[in-house]
Amino acid sequence: MKSAVIVFPASNCDRDAATALERLTGNKTHMVWHRESELPEVDLVVLPGGFSYGDYLRCGAMASQSAVMRAVKAHADKGGAVLGICNGFQVLTETHMLPGALMRNADLKFTCRPVGLEVEETQSAFTRKYEKGQRVYFPVAHGEGNYIADDETLNRLEGENRVVFRYAAGDNPNGSARDIAGILNEKRNVLGLMPHPERVVDPLLGGVDGKGLFQSLIETLS
Amino acid sequence: MASITSEQVREHGLSEDEYKRILGLMGREPTLVELGIFSVMWSEHCSYKSTRLHLRRLPTKAPWVIQGPGENAGVIDIGDGDAAIFKMESHNHPSFIEPYQGAATGVGGIMRDVFTMGARPIAMMNALRFGEPDHPKTRHLVEGVVRGIGGYGNCMGVPTVGGEVNFHKSYNGNILVNAMCVGLARADKIFLSAAKGAGNPVVYIGSKTGRDGIHGATMASAEFDDASEEKRPTVQVGDPFTEKLLLEACLELMATDAIVAIQDMGAAGLTSSSAEMGDKGGSGIELNLDHVPQREANMTAYEMMLSESQERMLAVLKPGREAQAQAIFKKWELDFAVIGVTTDTNRLVVKHKGETVADMPIAALSDAAPVYDRPYEKRAPASGNPAFAKKPVLDSLKTILGSADMCSRRWIWEQYDHTVMADTVQRPGGDAAVVRVHGTKKGLAITTDVTPRYCKADPFEGAKQAVAEAWRNISAVGAKPLAVTDNLNFGNPQKPGTMWEIVAGIDGIGEACRALDFPVVSGNCSLYNETNGEGIFPTPAIGGVGLMADVNRMATIAFKRTGDVLMLIGDTRGHLGQSIYLREIEGKEEGAAPPVDLAAEKKHAEFVRTLIEKGRVDTVHDLSDGGLLVALAEMALSGDIGCEAGVAGTTVEAVPFFFGEDQARYVIAAPLDEANRIEQALRDAEIVHAIIGKTHDAKTIRIAGEGEAALAELRAAYEGWFPAYMAVAHEN
Repeated sequence: MKSAVIVFPASNCDRDAATALERLTGNKTHMVWHRESELPEVDLVVLPGGFSYGDYLRCGAMASQSAVMRAVKAHADKGGAVLGICNGFQVLTETHMLPGALMRNADLKFTCRPVGLEVEETQSAFTRKYEKGQRVYFPVAHGEGNYIADDETLNRLEGENRVVFRYAAGDNPNGSARDIAGILNEKRNVLGLMPHPERVVDPLLGGVDGKGLFQSLIETLS
Repeated sequence: MASITSEQVREHGLSEDEYKRILGLMGREPTLVELGIFSVMWSEHCSYKSTRLHLRRLPTKAPWVIQGPGENAGVIDIGDGDAAIFKMESHNHPSFIEPYQGAATGVGGIMRDVFTMGARPIAMMNALRFGEPDHPKTRHLVEGVVRGIGGYGNCMGVPTVGGEVNFHKSYNGNILVNAMCVGLARADKIFLSAAKGAGNPVVYIGSKTGRDGIHGATMASAEFDDASEEKRPTVQVGDPFTEKLLLEACLELMATDAIVAIQDMGAAGLTSSSAEMGDKGGSGIELNLDHVPQREANMTAYEMMLSESQERMLAVLKPGREAQAQAIFKKWELDFAVIGVTTDTNRLVVKHKGETVADMPIAALSDAAPVYDRPYEKRAPASGNPAFAKKPVLDSLKTILGSADMCSRRWIWEQYDHTVMADTVQRPGGDAAVVRVHGTKKGLAITTDVTPRYCKADPFEGAKQAVAEAWRNISAVGAKPLAVTDNLNFGNPQKPGTMWEIVAGIDGIGEACRALDFPVVSGNCSLYNETNGEGIFPTPAIGGVGLMADVNRMATIAFKRTGDVLMLIGDTRGHLGQSIYLREIEGKEEGAAPPVDLAAEKKHAEFVRTLIEKGRVDTVHDLSDGGLLVALAEMALSGDIGCEAGVAGTTVEAVPFFFGEDQARYVIAAPLDEANRIEQALRDAEIVHAIIGKTHDAKTIRIAGEGEAALAELRAAYEGWFPAYMAVAHEN
């Protein structure tokens, strides 16, 4: 699997994403600067965590207008896989590649801790290596991860099995509607999630629950 | 030109004698810009005029020290061509006035100190002291400081991996916010601030200059009074987004060979960066302020020279490299301007709108700055071993775990991204944090320590203890302690009693660092932490760094197995003077501070570290605040495994046995066979030790003759205090 990680000004999980991908694929990851208007030939594009453009205006809002995002949209339109983690998820909603929005955490505080997630949907390129209903632990680290959408959208997401990860009961760190942690687009080739799978691919760092996500992609896209 | 009035001199924080000295050095009356420059450069904050004489006595050398004090940060060799660069610095005064921005810019400032030397910051810590919890300002300050540290550090993408927090009324009017940054560089790519050579372009990079923070350094060198809140405009405003860009742009520029010298603009901004670079390089600097990128219209030379706008750097380039450097800063959308040139005059010359507004010998700002041997008056250290009542130890344990100083700090560190960079192998809550050196199996252990109540009782022993505790915390995770940075927070040095606390504190640090071969490689002094004449407890915070060869062989405090034998290493005499127990249970802050036996510290630490390095032990906790029982409780809560213990190997009574704060002690937990072998090794090494109990199946802590307490109940006390405290509505 060939992959690219987009680097916005003040992305800060770009290296972590690349490290995880390189560790699991054995291939070098392309780092793509936000001003680029073309992507290299890749199977997967990762929008990493961080504070793109300082999170000024709204998280992800400025990044959604960047040159590289037109190329990322084109990649997705052609069926290419896109993974948005944390700030990357925010960019995907701001770009309308995913529905809904991410608001300030309900308690108004940034929170960094491992959270329990239910893998709710395994029929996807991102989650096929997990068991349905499997409990995994990924860390969250965000101040604005409170997922919101209107009821119709939420019903539709659920009806189409596009809610891939849900916070385990009692472990919702941000007040997200229906405990939603990660969702797919209609074509199921774009995933956005607030928790960080790339931080749990090394046993020394508190677990390897994130490996399944990358291995699913490798199996599907290689 | 209008002549300088004695009122202007006073407003600039300069004494009459100092002004006379300025007249002598200049040979004429200074301009207002020059007076401003003297004011900041001769401030306590920039000149260390009260402490410099004493700081010289600190040990600063070791074979692994690449750069000791005097540069932006200290540098140590960590093998394989890697270097660790670190420093701790205070942002006390601004944080009290404007906690969010004060703490945020403190984080930003210390990060710049580290990356200006060529390092990528890889870990942050912070040592915080607040007033008593009931004080009306405390919640607001805690909330703002924590949010500020998180707001800046999280955006930078550097994990904040630990620190310490105390509450005490001595900080009611002066909180302490000390931030430590550790960075990683190649040992042969360290950048210094010496602006050598004449004719080299001086370039300004980063944010534009505004009117914020003017005279911040002077404010930080004065006591507070009731009107101090009016100083809010002297607090800088931080922009971590720009700092992140500045970090990446600087590292990109540093990968070229275009730089002669580089220095961040911290306290006293353009003034101190240019003066220090010229001073260290033995050159002169000529600046033309017309070229300084400005955020506001009509800024005067005085304002530009004294602005403490954040996220700025000054660099001296090799001639002809301007375009190459400019392209990098353009990519990162940062301001870049050639604002001057190095000269061979040894003078700082500042021009603005065709006029020379300052022309002064650089030596007048550095070597000729005043150094004071301030009078000090020794006070007898507090003494005696205070009386205590016999009370049930498990009840006391619960009270202590649920107290402001001893409860879990989770509420704080969960607001910090502590896992970004994907190398945090030991998170907050243990003895020391450990971050892996990216792409290797090496780890750096990092801790910050000081026990201010010991320092108040006995500044010399207390300072020794701060160093010893840092040494223990690093050893307890299995790393070899290498060097420290010190952040000396004290009251008004012009009071002989306070000056003695400073002198004794420095000498205590010196004695401990010498004995432990644990040199001081960087540091910062924050004096005048007084409000309305009341000084803080002496608080010489020590930031320690150690090296672990293999992060797979690391100890943590969490119990890992039931049936492990609990072994207490070190001599337990039941020292209750100045202990947490005495304060929280008996309501007394008295008695002698615990004496520190540096030979025992060294021997015990080396014994424990060797066990960890050999993979024989994975569960260790050093004993400090709260003594043995608090340590056992933390180990049990961390691993969610209970234990049973009793008084052993001594005639000391239960209360002092379980809560005494004797130094040089550790608890280790190991399976029976290994424990037997370790016990033999302890006997052979003639180290005092005792088998005190074991981990058990029940989720309880059982103490012989005292009953038991459920972990759930202890956890509720331990985890409950902070969220409950902060949930109370408070002024903002």
